[in-house]
Amino acid sequence: MQDGYTTADGRKIGGVVMEMKNITLRFGGVVAIENISFDIREGEIRAIIGPNGAGKSSMLNVISGFYIPSEGEVWYRGEKRPQMRPYKVAQQGIARTFQNIALFEGMSVLDNVMTGRLGHMKSGLFAQALWKGKAEAEEVVNREVAEKVIDFLEIQHIRKTPVGRLPYGLKKRVELARALAAEPKLLLLDEPMAGMNVEEKEDMSRFILDVNDEFGTTITLIEHDMGVVMDLSDRVVVMDYGKKIGDGTPDEVRNNQQVIDAYLGVSND
Amino acid sequence: MPDQFLFATEVFINGLMSGVLYALVALGFVLIYKASGIFNYAQGVMALFAAMTLVGIMDGQVPFSHIINSVFGTNVHHFGWHVPAMLAILLTAGVMVLFAWLVQRLVMRHLVGQEPIILFMATIGLAYFLEGVSDLMWGSEIKKLDIGLPQGGSFWIEDMTAGLGSDNFYGFFIDNLDMVATVVAALLVTGLVLFSQYTKQGRAMRAVADDHQAALSVGISLNFIWVLVWSVAGFVALVAGIMWGTKSGVQFSLSLIALKALPVLMLGGFTSIPGAIVGGLIIGVGEKMFEFAIGPLVGGATENWFAYVLALLFLVFRPQGLFGEKIIERV
Repeated sequence: MQDGYTTADGRKIGGVVMEMKNITLRFGGVVAIENISFDIREGEIRAIIGPNGAGKSSMLNVISGFYIPSEGEVWYRGEKRPQMRPYKVAQQGIARTFQNIALFEGMSVLDNVMTGRLGHMKSGLFAQALWKGKAEAEEVVNREVAEKVIDFLEIQHIRKTPVGRLPYGLKKRVELARALAAEPKLLLLDEPMAGMNVEEKEDMSRFILDVNDEFGTTITLIEHDMGVVMDLSDRVVVMDYGKKIGDGTPDEVRNNQQVIDAYLGVSND
Repeated sequence: MPDQFLFATEVFINGLMSGVLYALVALGFVLIYKASGIFNYAQGVMALFAAMTLVGIMDGQVPFSHIINSVFGTNVHHFGWHVPAMLAILLTAGVMVLFAWLVQRLVMRHLVGQEPIILFMATIGLAYFLEGVSDLMWGSEIKKLDIGLPQGGSFWIEDMTAGLGSDNFYGFFIDNLDMVATVVAALLVTGLVLFSQYTKQGRAMRAVADDHQAALSVGISLNFIWVLVWSVAGFVALVAGIMWGTKSGVQFSLSLIALKALPVLMLGGFTSIPGAIVGGLIIGVGEKMFEFAIGPLVGGATENWFAYVLALLFLVFRPQGLFGEKIIERV
């Protein structure tokens, strides 16, 4: 699989975008992640699954720079990534959503999505304040991207609504829109379907697949709902108690004895 | 028109003008509060510090001259040059940016994620520290600040309006400096609104105020934004310091104008830039008109307490102020 592979449904998966090498993360005496390695390839939907407390979110936080691993290396686009603050990681093209939704509650949906474009605004301060020259052209482009994402995720009807007033499911979608607006090279989704009902889960699954299909975005997501993950993802990493216990296509993982034990429990006799 | 009415009009206009000066101070508070949720007790002292630095630079004073002289046995006080006002203002703005960077680096960065009350306490400490530093740097005597702003009553307006109504009306007395302050405040507010609504940095500032984690995830550097916010607040303090310093001399009591900004904030709301302006105007006009109408009946001196009583009423009936965000606690 050195130069990518072709998925069951015929999509071409490219080279390695991100590689985690022997990542260990400790909080004092607690080992959240123990010596885990895996890679994420261009254009694929990569899932990290595991029971509660397995260290999935910690792993995502390492990728997005919110946590600094105690040991191990993060390789991004062929280069070893130096220790980096989260905002720098975001500027490198890694966008993310949060398990407990982190939106700008006081701003409208459109404004929230527009913050995703901050990294794409290059014109000078005064030009922006006065809306002249380059700034105006830039704002138009950024607005177009934002509107396209809003259309795509079917949230046009709430464009002007302050996010604080929206129900949970829509907030999740706005968060996804903000991340997408940045046109990320790698999109990280932390439990995109947590707390949703079946219908909302189906919608979200469809959006994730569409995003991958339409924009070719590489997506890494965390879920503990096995069913959803197996349908969505191309390859799956399974974690349990901070260790990696499985890695492969959904079918391979499904038949892995260690994974079955972790999810269903083992009898001790 | 009866003289009484004309006189009331004059009081009203003068109230508006002094309201603008209150609003200038209140603005600095609002900026920092909006962007970081910190009530910056040091805002008044920052205005004092900015004004003292400006005077010091203009007069070519040697900073920390008392310490230098007592340690090295020298006797230096002045460099012997005078810096033109515009250049001195630019330099002072630079000093305020440096100050903002130091505050972020040495104080606020270590208190990220702490309770608001702790951050508030930190700014009280900052206020006393800065007060001491200003005295050490520039000495504690009262100084005159003159950057060439017009002062005194406007003869033009007085002449134009004299004889209005009846022949013995002497004309409106309106201070030139107050008018300049009004224009400056209008420019400042327009600039701030444009900045926070339309620029990338302004958007980032609002984003940081709303949610730190989310701001990081879209690539905003919290440190940079906080330095920026404190710098802008420092700049507003400089403008307020210039206006008040020109009006009443650069002296310690300048830092107490912060107390006058409190009722303004309670009226206008802690989170609203227009609120600071409207709040300032209401307090300015309110206290002058009250003194004019009710003052004589109760023996005068109502200006000292009117603003605070008004603020108290607001706290009881509308705690978020006129324009502040509604306080909603979701359970």
